[in-house]
Amino acid sequence: MDLINFEATELRLGLPGTTDDVPETKPPPSSVNTNKRSSSEMDSSVSDEKDSSRSPPPAKEQVVGWPPVRSYRKNILQVKKTQSEMGSGIYVKVSMDGAPYLRKVDLKVYTSYGELIKGLQDMFKCIIGLYSEREGYKSEHAPTYEDKDGDWMLVGDVPWDMFLTSCKRIRIMRGSEVTES
Amino acid sequence: MAYSFPEEVLEHVFSFLSSEKDRNAVSLVCKSWYEMERWCRRRIFVGNCYAVNPKIMIRRFPEVKSVELKGKPHFADFNLVPEGWGGYAYPWIVEIARGYPWLEEIRLKRMVVTDESLELISKSFKNFKVLVLSSCEGFSTDGLAAIAANCRNLRVLELRECEVEDLSGHWLSHFPDSFTSLESLNMGCLNSEVSFSALERLVARSPNLKTLRLNRAVPLEKLPTLLQLAPQLVELGTGSYSAEIRSDLCSSLLEAFSRCKNLKGLSGFWDVVPAYLPAFYSMCPRLTFLNLSYATTQSPDLTKIVSQCHNLQRLWVLDYIEDTGLNALSMSCKDLQELRVFPSDPFVADANVLLTEQGLVSVSEGCPKLQSVLYFCRQFSNSALTTIAKNRPNLTTFRLCILEPRAPDYLTFEPLDSGFGSIVQHCKNLRRLSLSGLLTDRVFQHIGTHAKKLDMLSIAFAGDSDLGLHYVLSGCESLRKLEIRDCPFGDKALLANADKLETMRSLWMSSCAVSFGACKVLGQKMPGLNVEVIDERENLDSIPHNSPVEKLYIYRTVAGERFDMPHFVRTMGKDNRRFK
Repeated sequence: MDLINFEATELRLGLPGTTDDVPETKPPPSSVNTNKRSSSEMDSSVSDEKDSSRSPPPAKEQVVGWPPVRSYRKNILQVKKTQSEMGSGIYVKVSMDGAPYLRKVDLKVYTSYGELIKGLQDMFKCIIGLYSEREGYKSEHAPTYEDKDGDWMLVGDVPWDMFLTSCKRIRIMRGSEVTES
Repeated sequence: MAYSFPEEVLEHVFSFLSSEKDRNAVSLVCKSWYEMERWCRRRIFVGNCYAVNPKIMIRRFPEVKSVELKGKPHFADFNLVPEGWGGYAYPWIVEIARGYPWLEEIRLKRMVVTDESLELISKSFKNFKVLVLSSCEGFSTDGLAAIAANCRNLRVLELRECEVEDLSGHWLSHFPDSFTSLESLNMGCLNSEVSFSALERLVARSPNLKTLRLNRAVPLEKLPTLLQLAPQLVELGTGSYSAEIRSDLCSSLLEAFSRCKNLKGLSGFWDVVPAYLPAFYSMCPRLTFLNLSYATTQSPDLTKIVSQCHNLQRLWVLDYIEDTGLNALSMSCKDLQELRVFPSDPFVADANVLLTEQGLVSVSEGCPKLQSVLYFCRQFSNSALTTIAKNRPNLTTFRLCILEPRAPDYLTFEPLDSGFGSIVQHCKNLRRLSLSGLLTDRVFQHIGTHAKKLDMLSIAFAGDSDLGLHYVLSGCESLRKLEIRDCPFGDKALLANADKLETMRSLWMSSCAVSFGACKVLGQKMPGLNVEVIDERENLDSIPHNSPVEKLYIYRTVAGERFDMPHFVRTMGKDNRRFK
């Protein structure tokens, strides 16, 4: 699933549909305002000095009613664009002890531990239950994750955003291994 | 010695005539046929609500069961018609309520419909069955609640791409428990969530439900439930097609879809999560209509889908399908009649997808029944247009939108005159054409010479001079709707072809070179036309005669000038005393 096609946002010269192998030819430019940064002639208040890899592809000067796309179509796609611009998913492997194969989840789909746990419960048809700081999870299954240091941590201890950046894979531990004094 | 059929026989014969054109022709034969026909006409279509007034309609056709009206000009879809221009349904509804108490069907397109109008509809017609609102605005979900609550025999409620003030989803709950006649429900353009249990119960008690188009707020998890309750559906619009990936939902969706043996059309697919696409693969061989134009699915998945839709007749899709997907379409869908490819990122100059003219060329080669095309892309060539024209002389609708205005043939940098010329030359039954790209007056010469069946023409950023417009107006015998924007067409062609305008439904010209003075002259010369100048920039009383008008809308009418105009619209030449 490749919602972000980085090639598409790459700034390049040349006609659409051509690759870099084709000699670059361009028709006489029409009066389109692009925000490609050109030269020092550019007014400093206009040019955007932000990180170039994050700048959007050159936008056309928008003519009213052109191209003839209905407004409800424009809105749908803009919402989609915003979603994908927020970054691609964070996919991590999830294993459950005793399960024949692993699964993958996109952590970005969830906004909290509660949602993640619910998702895992649905996926593996198990009961993990509620997290408690003192006792962890009271059920037979405990969700753990491997962090950047290679250590296996209990899911839920750190703030959600920190978890998102440090979680490399998830393992749902089961049964006797879970007992902890 | 006069000898004629008894009335009953004639009436019986006329009852087989459904086309308006035929009925209009019949009514011109003689006075008695006119009389007879007018009493048995049941359906009225008014293509421009200002061309006639409802009183005239009701007087001539007293026993009508179905009325269809269109309001704003087509370019209103692209925000070219300012807010407040007109197209109000209420005055029509008031008269129709009085004149046709047994009316069963109302269809409105591009009109301003208020809650008051909807309430009036809901209370005025005892046997009301069909309400279809396309691209309408001005009403809220309160108006829908009135329809739901009061129309006991309603069969069809369709809101197609309307702008609705969405106060809440509660309106759906106003359908009484005794209401079981629903056949078609389209709420796709609404945003609010309706009560799912109310929706569920409504579907459960509607055994004749054939068309159900949900809105985005109905989650995918609920879809299997609805499908289980309505396995007889023929057309389905899903809600949001996104959920966490769960095997139980996958299997229940698969099972629910497989129960729908009559499903021929699918749409919706907002927020598609590709993992759930296979759930409807089993439906693909039966599908005749597929609308994936909201699905931001990428080419591989789209290719997989279309490759299985061997009976597909109409496909609406985003340009994510790319040339490869269209190639697959051309090989798998030999019954394809209509293709619409919409742009995923219309405001970006560089291509974000690999969709070029080649995709359309492939489809034109592989799909012998292709008649109707709407295609947005970033490059085209005369040779591609000529190939398409030769491959598909049976095209009736060809709407090409090259995103960049005035873009030339990308191979030769020439205008696309000869390419479009090939289209009109080979496609002798072409009824609708939309032009784009770099075009000179030559293309209009080709169109005027060859496009004899052309009914509707859309032109933007094209032409060099008045000659272009003159070619079209003098050559296109069947032309009824002409819409032009940003072209250097001025007074001469318009005034020289004034009579032609009375044979057409309407002419729209915006950002062209028609002067205020010429509009006045035209309005004075042609009493059968309303020449409306629309100008928001300045006071209409103070525009100099030789100044170009911003927008111009000319239409034939038997209703005289209208009086519901805002300050920035004026009908020219009707009353000399009003203007300087």
